[in-house]
Amino acid sequence: MASSLATSPAAAPAGVRKSRRVLPGFKLTLGFTLFYLSVIVLIPLSGLFAKTLTMDWRHFVDAVSSPRVMASYRLTFGASFLAALINTFFGLIIAWILVRYDFFGKKLIDSLVDLPFALPTAVAGISLTALLASNGWVGSLLEPYGIALAFNPNGVVIALTFIGLPFVVRTVQPVLEDCEQELEEAAMCLGASAWQTFSHVVFPTIAPALLTGFAMAFARGVGEYGSVIFIAGNMPMVSEITPLVIIGKLEQYDYAGATAVASVLLMASFVLLLVINGLQSWQRQRLGAQT
Amino acid sequence: MSSMAHTGRRSPARAEPSAVRWVLLSLALGFIFLFLLLPLAAVFVEAFRKGWGGYLAAFAEPEALSAIQLTLITAVIAVPCNLVFGVAAAWAIAKFDFPGKSALTTLIDLPFSVSPVVAGLVYVLMFGAHGWFGPWLMAHDIKIIFALPGMVLATTFVTFPFVARELLPLMQSQGTDEEQASMVLGASGWQTFWHVTLPNIRWGLLYGVILCNARAMGEFGAVSVVSGHIRGQTNTVPLHIEILYNEYQSVAAFAVATLLTLLALVTLVVKSLVEWQFERQQQAAKRLSPERPSHNEER
Repeated sequence: MASSLATSPAAAPAGVRKSRRVLPGFKLTLGFTLFYLSVIVLIPLSGLFAKTLTMDWRHFVDAVSSPRVMASYRLTFGASFLAALINTFFGLIIAWILVRYDFFGKKLIDSLVDLPFALPTAVAGISLTALLASNGWVGSLLEPYGIALAFNPNGVVIALTFIGLPFVVRTVQPVLEDCEQELEEAAMCLGASAWQTFSHVVFPTIAPALLTGFAMAFARGVGEYGSVIFIAGNMPMVSEITPLVIIGKLEQYDYAGATAVASVLLMASFVLLLVINGLQSWQRQRLGAQT
Repeated sequence: MSSMAHTGRRSPARAEPSAVRWVLLSLALGFIFLFLLLPLAAVFVEAFRKGWGGYLAAFAEPEALSAIQLTLITAVIAVPCNLVFGVAAAWAIAKFDFPGKSALTTLIDLPFSVSPVVAGLVYVLMFGAHGWFGPWLMAHDIKIIFALPGMVLATTFVTFPFVARELLPLMQSQGTDEEQASMVLGASGWQTFWHVTLPNIRWGLLYGVILCNARAMGEFGAVSVVSGHIRGQTNTVPLHIEILYNEYQSVAAFAVATLLTLLALVTLVVKSLVEWQFERQQQAAKRLSPERPSHNEER
């Protein structure tokens, strides 16, 4: 089948193109890619928007802006923002020590950072809950001080912090590795302090990566479901996240309501995806301009 | 150049005061201890709270076995589909130029940013009783939602980009020189792919598949929406864990969870091995042809 496609370069336009089209399989692989993408992702997603369009406007607005749904937006976006902020701070420090310092067990820690990518969210959820519940290892230490971290919005922030942990580390780490030593040495020679060198030389270089990592952690947090529902307590108006609102509506056979809220969440995902893409191309430009 | 900078010689410009180093190290390690090591340890401690007997009892349940079976079946269908797609997409995008290439790359990443719950919902809207194809499916007695096909579809959606994401930067950095040489020397397209491209990408491919598999077996939100939670029939391992946990069978829930945790740990080990292999290849390539630049700024 590939040999029949190998004859297609003859039909390709002459010049630069031609040399690239020596390789076969372009039509086959691109065709399959587009077909599979459409069947699995694009058609189902557009089905959701088509369903939203069949609703009348009043119903849609009612569904997406009822007090309970609004409270869930505040929690979902607020907790994701906080968790992403925590991850940006600690992620930068973790990336820093992994790149700049040598210490015992560094390789192990480096691979462990990806744990939240690999660990199923439900397992993370029950494990964090077991730790933070009032009889857990951490929860029992904090209970005498009146601090409760599980079954309230604090739990949501903690679960989302766990889920988003690798993003900032993994975006900042490679940039920090490629940071040019000469620039920092020049700054030191010109009399800058270590802090000045960091804030004026290193930080501007890693800022785009840091922002990208923040946006990725935030985006992941907004959609997260599995790890949160165990630890949140799921009280309407207080600790109920938006994905759970969608599930709740589905369980009551309110398909229109579920679809409406889902379309809001989906739009937020699209916007975040565009923002992340923009940040990444900014980062590439910055790196390209430097080297 | 990067490998020189972060190992070996440390310039005075990069030596912070030792107090700063100490604070940064303890902040980072403390955070990792609290957020990664403690949850990991908790899974095993909770699972063995009643000793080996209690641990093994969780797997004697027929429901646990059927959940494991269903999870395996789902992964065995979803992962190869995404593997073939990932290779095809990476070949088309990395080896050829065409308009709309970056848009296509973005669309492939799309499932990463969609909430798993929304991913499950879109299939309910397509194939559910009230969905676009619902009445037709009902008339022909085909069940997709609350049955295996729906769970496979939802899992495929959620793990859609993994293999493509691993292969794309890898194949882009390798360019097309070797494949072109092989074609010029008279190899067929398949021979070129099989003997030239595949050996070059095998480690990235392996990692992509392993990660895809870990996510496929652990997916919760999307599968939860389409499964209908029919015990012994449409419960995967993560859903089984949820049911046990909500029924206060904590030991059993964590015992089953250790399976998925071990899978996650294996995934991390494979990832480290793959990166180690890749670095070795990179260094070997550098030693062989110093004039050939290597482009891999993104992973």
